[in-house]
Amino acid sequence: MVSNPLTRNIDFSRQPLELAAYEATGGYHGLHAIARGLDPADVLEQVKESGLKGRGGAGFPTGLKWSFVPMGEKAPKQKYFVVNADEMEPGTFKDRLLMEGDPHLLIDGMLIASYAIQASKAYIFLRGEYTDSERILRKALAEAYESGYLGRNILDTGFDLDIILHTSAGRYICGEETALLNALEGKRANPRAKPPFPQVSGLWGKPTIVNNVETICNLPGILAWGIDWYRSLTKGNDHGTKLFGISGKARTPGCWELPLGTPIRELLEVYGGGMRDGLQLKGFLPGGGSTDFMLPEHLDLNLDYDDIAGAGSRLATGTLILLDDKTCPVGMIGNLMTFFSHESCGYCTPCRDGLPWVDEIFREFERGNGTYEDLAILEEHVDYMGPGKTFCALAPGATAPLGSGLRYFREDFERHIKEQRCPYRH
Amino acid sequence: MSTKTEQLIASTAVSTDYLLDAEIAEIEHERTLYPDTRAVGLEALKIVQKHRGWVSDESLLAVAEYLGLPAAELEGVATFFNLIYRRPVGRNVILYCKSVSCWIMGCDQVKEKISGELGIDYGETSADGEFTLIPVPCLGDCDRAPVMMVGPDLHRNLDRKNLGEIFANYRDRQD
Repeated sequence: MVSNPLTRNIDFSRQPLELAAYEATGGYHGLHAIARGLDPADVLEQVKESGLKGRGGAGFPTGLKWSFVPMGEKAPKQKYFVVNADEMEPGTFKDRLLMEGDPHLLIDGMLIASYAIQASKAYIFLRGEYTDSERILRKALAEAYESGYLGRNILDTGFDLDIILHTSAGRYICGEETALLNALEGKRANPRAKPPFPQVSGLWGKPTIVNNVETICNLPGILAWGIDWYRSLTKGNDHGTKLFGISGKARTPGCWELPLGTPIRELLEVYGGGMRDGLQLKGFLPGGGSTDFMLPEHLDLNLDYDDIAGAGSRLATGTLILLDDKTCPVGMIGNLMTFFSHESCGYCTPCRDGLPWVDEIFREFERGNGTYEDLAILEEHVDYMGPGKTFCALAPGATAPLGSGLRYFREDFERHIKEQRCPYRH
Repeated sequence: MSTKTEQLIASTAVSTDYLLDAEIAEIEHERTLYPDTRAVGLEALKIVQKHRGWVSDESLLAVAEYLGLPAAELEGVATFFNLIYRRPVGRNVILYCKSVSCWIMGCDQVKEKISGELGIDYGETSADGEFTLIPVPCLGDCDRAPVMMVGPDLHRNLDRKNLGEIFANYRDRQD
């Protein structure tokens, strides 16, 4: 049986599979099942049963998210399905791989999802900088239209779907789903108040589902090979496979599809090849820039939502960023604070004013001017910008590496104060 | 062609520019993709930028007038997004990733080399008008860090040695 449903067609030594070749590998199975009479409710049930959780960062159960969309006669006629392809989480490079490696897998998944919620229009919200993804997706979309897999009355099902590829003008906050909807509507990408949730009132006030690229790429396999197969892929508590990546000073950084529940050590040592010669692992962010640091002592935990949460962090995007013992943790956190500060949408105070303040303190540490009072101010901001204090998850995301970094690498902060310089700079 | 009229926005007092026929055709295509004119506004700014390199006050006003959108609102959108340029840029825009993985892999040192070679810091354009250097958040190719884009092209595994060759290739381009 297939053990790598997300990447099985990906081979960067050749062009991505065209529609016919993709279909020959079992692709568009879901669409043909729909043409044979599969109900939207059946699709929803299968996705719920599969246990698929969102792969964009939050890990929310996909079927449950879909189930909030009004269905039936009384539901609004126009609904939207939106792909969050705004990959911009620092250290995250997995959705690019899927879109550039196997574009039809995404379109296949979009057809399934759009049918399940009965959306006749779907948008791919793609990072503007992903020019290769854009070119490859446009070609695949044109093929799908030519084959009658998109457009009006697809395969005589009475189901219509148009997919529109939208390239973003660029801001990290667009990854937040309500900010993304505002950007798609041509507005400043400030997050919206919830409720109402997008499932009920989203794009232009219509019921809308926003899912991450990788999440959607799980759907074709679930429909083709079934729930038992999908649930058997895992090594842990959560179902399916996931893309896991490594960046930083490993011997062989990269991105691989592995079963959920794979030990972190296996990812680092077998796939990443371990640390480069002469370097020790000091810590790592397990799922992008807005996750809490973890330590070498956590390497025997599994890449599973609950295991990582148990260590006080989040699996999130599953792309590890390694901190080695020759790289300054204060500098690394400072780099992240500059990023978050720049990407704050400026809507709410703790984030708009807090992040630049925090960023400036880190610069002072770099200049050798850090003080113990500064450390206390940083600690305060972990609280001020924490979960529940802001409009969206951007500032709480920033507090993840900040708070955990202050806890785990306190000695490094104090050395900056005592030595009045960065001790890692020679 | 849109008509040329006098319209004011907060920071400047300038008249509208004309939209090119090609721009108008592309804007009209975008209209078919979105049910609301406001969404077309952001797309129109991108179209104007594609043709002119950047979005001047004059062209922003032209878009606002053509689509019947409030200029202040469109300006608010234009200044919000990283990839809408409100100042002139060089023939090639360098989007330089300085996010965390690239930082760990030494992007600061590579950036110093770029600055030295082209004589520009972030936000500046080289004297010959060829290159503008702009920092950009994570470009999503972190296993091949440091990375940057020059125009539409991604360049990976940058080190201080391979820069001269990369830039020379863009200088030689006749387009």
